[in-house]
Amino acid sequence: MFLTITTTGTPENPATDLGFLLHKHPDKAQLFSTSYGTAYVFYPEATEERCTAALLLEVDPVALVRRGRGKGRGGAPDSALAQYVNDRPYAASSLVAVALSAVFSTAMKGQCNARPELPSRPLPLRVEIPSLPARGGPDLVTELFEPLGWTVQVRPVPLDTAFPEWGDSRYVSLTLESATLTVAQALRHLYVLLPVLDDAKHYYVSADEVDKLLRAGESWLAGHPEHKLITSRYLSRRWSLTQKAMDRLETEREELARLAEADDTAVEEIDNAVDPDTDTEERPVPLAVRRREAILEALRDRRAARVLDLGCGQGQLVQALLKDTRYREVVGVDVSMRALTIASRRLRLERMGERQASRVRLLQGSLVYTDNRLKGYDAAVLSEVIEHLDLPRLPALEYSVFGSARPRTVVVTTPNVEYNVRWESLPAGHSRHGDHRFEWTREEFRAWADSVAARYGYDVEYRPVGPDDPEVGPPTQLALFTLCADTGGEKHAGPATPARSDNDREEAAA
Amino acid sequence: MSDAPVIEAARPAGRVLPVTDLSLVVLIGASGSGKSTFARRLFKPTEVISSDFCRGLVSDDENDQSATKDAFDVLHYIAGKRLAAGRRTVVDATNVQPEARRQLIQLAREHDVLPIAIVLDVPEPVCAERNAARVDRADMPRRVVQRHTRELKRSLRHLEREGFRKVHVLRGVAEVEGATVVTEKRFNDLTHLTGPFDIVGDIHGCSNELEALLGKLGYVDGVHPEGRTAVFVGDLVDRGPDSPGVLRRVMSMVESGNALCVPGNHENKFGRYLRGRQVQHTHGLAETIAQMDGESEEFRERVRKFIDGLVSHYVLDEGRLVVCHAGLPEKYHGRTSGRVRSHALYGDTTGETDEFGLPVRYPWAEDYRGRAAVVYGHTPVPTATWLNNTICLDTGVVFGGKLTALRYPERELVEVPAERVWYEPVKPLVGEAPGGHQGRPLDLADVHGKRIVETRHAGRIAVREENAAAALEVISRFAVDPRLLPYLPPTMAPTATSKGDARGGAADEHYLEHPAEAFAQYAAAGVERVVCEEKHMGSRAVALVCRDAAAARERFGVDGPTGSLYTRTGRPFFDDEQVTEEVLGRLRSAIGGAGLWEELDTDWLLLDGELLPWSLKAGGLLRNQYAAVGAASGAVFPGALSALEAAGSRGVDVSALLDRQRERAADAGRFTQAYRRYCWSTEGLDGVRFAPFQLLAGQGRSLAGVPHDAQLAWLDRLVEADGSGLLRSTGRLLVDTGDAASVAAGVDWWLELTGQGGEGMVVKPLGAVVRDAEGRLVQPGVKCRGREYLRIIYGPEYTRPDHLERLRQRHLGHKRSLALREYALGLEALDRLAEGEPLWRVHEAVFAVLSLESEPVDPRL
Repeated sequence: MFLTITTTGTPENPATDLGFLLHKHPDKAQLFSTSYGTAYVFYPEATEERCTAALLLEVDPVALVRRGRGKGRGGAPDSALAQYVNDRPYAASSLVAVALSAVFSTAMKGQCNARPELPSRPLPLRVEIPSLPARGGPDLVTELFEPLGWTVQVRPVPLDTAFPEWGDSRYVSLTLESATLTVAQALRHLYVLLPVLDDAKHYYVSADEVDKLLRAGESWLAGHPEHKLITSRYLSRRWSLTQKAMDRLETEREELARLAEADDTAVEEIDNAVDPDTDTEERPVPLAVRRREAILEALRDRRAARVLDLGCGQGQLVQALLKDTRYREVVGVDVSMRALTIASRRLRLERMGERQASRVRLLQGSLVYTDNRLKGYDAAVLSEVIEHLDLPRLPALEYSVFGSARPRTVVVTTPNVEYNVRWESLPAGHSRHGDHRFEWTREEFRAWADSVAARYGYDVEYRPVGPDDPEVGPPTQLALFTLCADTGGEKHAGPATPARSDNDREEAAA
Repeated sequence: MSDAPVIEAARPAGRVLPVTDLSLVVLIGASGSGKSTFARRLFKPTEVISSDFCRGLVSDDENDQSATKDAFDVLHYIAGKRLAAGRRTVVDATNVQPEARRQLIQLAREHDVLPIAIVLDVPEPVCAERNAARVDRADMPRRVVQRHTRELKRSLRHLEREGFRKVHVLRGVAEVEGATVVTEKRFNDLTHLTGPFDIVGDIHGCSNELEALLGKLGYVDGVHPEGRTAVFVGDLVDRGPDSPGVLRRVMSMVESGNALCVPGNHENKFGRYLRGRQVQHTHGLAETIAQMDGESEEFRERVRKFIDGLVSHYVLDEGRLVVCHAGLPEKYHGRTSGRVRSHALYGDTTGETDEFGLPVRYPWAEDYRGRAAVVYGHTPVPTATWLNNTICLDTGVVFGGKLTALRYPERELVEVPAERVWYEPVKPLVGEAPGGHQGRPLDLADVHGKRIVETRHAGRIAVREENAAAALEVISRFAVDPRLLPYLPPTMAPTATSKGDARGGAADEHYLEHPAEAFAQYAAAGVERVVCEEKHMGSRAVALVCRDAAAARERFGVDGPTGSLYTRTGRPFFDDEQVTEEVLGRLRSAIGGAGLWEELDTDWLLLDGELLPWSLKAGGLLRNQYAAVGAASGAVFPGALSALEAAGSRGVDVSALLDRQRERAADAGRFTQAYRRYCWSTEGLDGVRFAPFQLLAGQGRSLAGVPHDAQLAWLDRLVEADGSGLLRSTGRLLVDTGDAASVAAGVDWWLELTGQGGEGMVVKPLGAVVRDAEGRLVQPGVKCRGREYLRIIYGPEYTRPDHLERLRQRHLGHKRSLALREYALGLEALDRLAEGEPLWRVHEAVFAVLSLESEPVDPRL
C-alpha cells in the first residue's frame, strides 16, 4: 500500500524536479480514485537537495470482498481475495502496480510537457517499499532488480516476533538505488515486477495483458536473464485457458474450498488431485510413458476390450486407449471432479465424433465404495492410485475392485520405494509426491498383491516398469492380476479387516 | 370381479362401454370408420393422440404415408409419457394390423396399465363414401379401405388373446354413434378411504396371536368401536397352527367392511391348490391343507372365492398410503399388470440364491424415494423399522417372533409376542432387515448424486449433486474409516446481527454481534432457559472412544484402533495414529474415572468438543494468512506514518489522512494480538487441550437430547477425573431470557469473557432439542463472538464505523437453515447409530452433513 521514490539534487538540477516528472505538485497532497481504493500522493520532503514522493493506496477491504462475490461474474478469481483478512490493504501488491500506472501514467510514458528535457535524464533514485510480497524470497527480488541497474537491499520481515519459530514472512522491506535510470524506467520496472513478485493477480488475465507487458517491458524485458519467469508469472500459468473453461474450474473448486475452510485448511491441501507437475501432452515425463506402455502391453496380453481406468486423473491413459480400436469401451473413473473436467478437455469430449464418443465415458466414482456401474468389464487399471489412499482404507478398495467390480484382469502399478535412492533430485526419505500416503518396497507390494489375489481368487504376476536396477529394482512396479477360471463364478470372501499382511494369508486360507 | 364403482352414470340409449381410468385405449377401425369423431365425442381432447396428427407433426402433411414410421415413433413417445404420468390415453389410428397392436400392448405393459380395445366395425362402403367426401382423402384408393376392412375382420377373434384386457366391438354406424363410455376406477384405487387404519403383518395361521393383537388394538369381535379399519398385508395362512381360524376371522371382517386384505404369496399358492391346480405342499402349505380337512365344503368354497377376489395392492388415504404384501416401488403404485401383481406378491429378487437356498431379495426399499408410505410384510425381520418411508411388518410370529400392527396415520407399532415357536425358520431371523444387511460394504449409490435423506427431526432433507460430489472427494481421499466416522458436527449460525440500536445499551453500536440479540432470539422462540457456554478457540474435534480394542472390534468392526479423533470434515486430527491413540487413552481413563461406562451402560462414547490450541491444526493457515497479514501491516505502518508526519510538518494538509492511518495501524496491532491469543507451542501432546462440550451417544442411546445442565455435569466429572491435564472445562452461565436482570448478567458475563480475549460464547436452549410453538426445531445454539475475536473473521479494521455499517448487511437466513438441516442430519446419524442401524444408513446422514457444508453460504457467519 505504500512506497516512496526519492531523488537528490543540486541548485542547478533541484531534486524538486521530481514534481514535474511525476506531474504532482510537491506542496500538495492529492488523492485519486482507483478501482480498488483511493491513492494518495504526497511529499514527506521536498527541498533542492532531496525530494521524496510517497504513494499510499488505501484499499477498501470490505469492497474488495464484496466485489469478490459471485466468481466468474466480474468478481475476484483469487479465493484469497474473498477473505476479509487479506494483505491487500497493507502490502505493495499488484493493486499498487495498478495504482502506479493510474496515478503516474504520463510519467510512465516518459512525457513532461512543461520540461520536455527532464524525462530522458537519469537521476539518482532511491525507491523504498517497506512491505513487499515476494514469492520466491529475497534472492528472487535481487535477481529481478539487479540486472536492471539497481542496487538492491532486501530485508525479510519476520512472520510474528512473538513466534520466532514461524520464521520469515513472504514480505520483504525493499530499498532500490540507482543513478543511471530515469523515473519512467523505474516506474515501469515497478509496474511489471510488483505483480510478478506478488504472483497473485487480482483480476483476470486477458489478452490485452500481453500488450501491457510488452509496452511496460519495452527495452528491458527481452534482455532480462529472468524474462521467462517474469513473463510467465505476469501472465500467470492460467493465461492459455479460455475464460469459460476457467470459470468452470473455479466453480468446481468452490465446494471443495468451502470444505477446506470448514477445516481451517488451505484449499490447496485438499484440492490437490490434479498435480500440475505430472505429465501433460506438451511435456510427457519419460517414466509415465514407460508406465503407459507397460499397462497397454498387459491389457493386450489379456485381450481386454472393455477397460476401466480407475483413478484416471487427467485422462492420459484413457487417451492412449482410445487410439487403439481394440478397446471397444473405455471408462475413466476419478473421485476428483477437477481431474475429470481436465480429462474431458484433454480428450475433447465435447467435440468428439459420435462413434468415438460412444467408446468413452468419464465418471465420478470412488474406489472405497462399491459401484454397480463398474461391474462386468474385461479389465481395470489402477495406475499410481493405491498409494494415494491411507493404508487403513485399502481393504475397502480391494473389495470394491476385486470383490465387487471383479473384472477378469486388474493391472496395478505403484512406485517402488527402493528405487528412490536413484532419483538424484529426491531428498532422502522423501516420497515422490506430496499426496503419497505410503510407498512400498517390492517385497511389501508383493505381499499385499499376493494376499489380495488369494483372497479374491486371482492369479498374479509381476512386471518391472522402467530400467530394472539390479540392486533396487525398477522405478515402478506392476502387478497383473487375472481372475482364476475356476473361481470366477464362486463366492469369495468378504472385505477383509485392515489387518497386516501376515494375518491376511491366514485369513485367506481359513 | 366387475363390481367396480361406477363414476359416471350411464346414459340410457346405446351401448355403455366401461373404460378404466388409467388405461391405454386402442381404437381399431378402417380409415373412414369414424374413429376421430368417436374419440372426440367420448374422451377429453388431450387424451386422444391420432396418428394423422403425428404425421402432421413430423411432415407437415397428415396424409404423408412416407412419414408413417416417424409419426408412430412420436405417437408412442407421447403415449408413453402420458402413461408414465398416470394419464389415460386413447390411440386414434387404424390399428387393423396385429403388429401395430402388438406395439401398443407392449407400451401398455411397459407402463403397467390395462390395454383396452374398442373396435369400430363399420361397413366398407360407408368408410369409402366418407373418405371420398373429404378433400384430403379423396384420392385414397378404394383398395386401401378394403384392405383395412379385411384385416379388421381377421383380427376380431384374436384381440383378447393378443393381450387386451377389455374388448368392446361396436358393429355398424348406429352402434358406434350411440355408444357411451363410463370411467371405472381401478380395483386397487381406494384413495377415498382415509382410515384410520390398523395394518397387520404376516399372521401365518397364528390365530391366538391375531386375536390377542386385535384385542390390543381395541377390536371387539372384529369391529373397532371408533370405526377403524384393519388392513391385512397377506400371508394369513400356512406354517402356523390354525390357518382356517385366521381365515374365518379375516374373511368376516372383510365381508362386513371392517377390514381390507391384500393377498400374500401363500394365499396365492393356496388359492391355486383350492382351484385344483398341481402345487407342491411345501413351505407350510401341508399344515394348512391338513387343517382344512376338518372344514366344510362350503367353507372351502368361501375361501376360494375370497382369495380369488383379493386385489394385489391398495392405494389408500388420497395416495399417501400403499399396502401390499412384498413391497412395491413407486412406479407400480396404482398400476395394473401381471408384473405389478407378481411384484406385490413376491417382491423383487436379484436372481441369486443365498446360502440357505432362498432367493436373494432385491433391497427395493433402499432405493425408494416415493411420497406414499409403503407398508408391507413378506420378509421376516426382528423389529419393524421405517426405511425411506417404507416399513415391513413381518416380525416372524410363526417363527417365535411377534405379530406386529401399525396404527396409521399415528405410525405407532403395536405388538404381541408369539406364544411359542410354531415353525422352525430355515435361516435365523437376526440381522437382516430388508434393505440393509449389517455387513454390506458402503455402496456409491448410498451417497452419490442428488439425494433425499429422511430425518426424524426435520423430515426430508435434499442434498444437491455438486455438493455430494465434493463430499465424495473429501470422504474418499481424506476421511477416517467410515466405520469410525459415525457423526459430523453441524455448522452453527451466529446470533442475529446487532443493529447498533439501544437493545444492548448505548455501547452496542460498536458491536457486530452482541448477546442481547441471542437472548431476544430465544425469547421470541419461546425458549425461557438458555445456557451460555464459553466458546473455546481451537479446532472442532469429534472423539469416538471405545473402552478397549475388543469393544471397537465388536461394535465398529475395526481391528486395531480403539476409536477415532477427527475434524469437522472427517479428517483424522493427527496424522500419527500413535498420537490419536494417546489422546483416546487419556479420554478413556477420564471416562473410566468418572464412572461413565457403568452409568451410561456403554462400552463406547462419542464426544463433541474443541481441540486447542488453534495453531495446532490451523498452523498453515495461521502462517499463510493471519500472521502474514500481521507481518505486512506491521512492516508498512512505521514508514507510512513517519512519511505523513514529515509531510504534515512541511505544512501539507495530511492531518485527516494521518489520523486515519494511525487508527488503522492500531487496528492492525489489535488484530495481531487477537490471533496470538489462540496460538501456543506444543510438543507431542504437551500443551494440547481438549474441551468437550457434549456427549453425543453411547451404546443404544443418542445423548443429543439430554439437557445441557445434565451434559455439563457429566463433562465436569470427566474433567475432574482427568489426571493427564488434557481436558479443559467450559465456563457456563444459565440465563432466563424473560428476566431482564438475568439477561443483563449474561451480557456482562460475555463482556468479561471477550474483554479478556475470549472468542465469545454459544447460547443454547437448556433443553437441547427444542421446538417452537409451531413445532419447528429451534436453533440448537447460536454463537456470539467477541469484538476483538471478530477481527480474525472480518479483518483487522472491521470495527471502523463505515466498515461496520456495511458489514451489518449480512444475511443469516441461509446459514440458519443450513445449521438446522445439518443439525437434523447429525441427530439422525446419532439415532441411527444408537438404534444399531446398518453402517450405510449412518453414513448416509454423515455424508449429507458434509455435503451441505459445501453449500454456498457466507463463510464468515
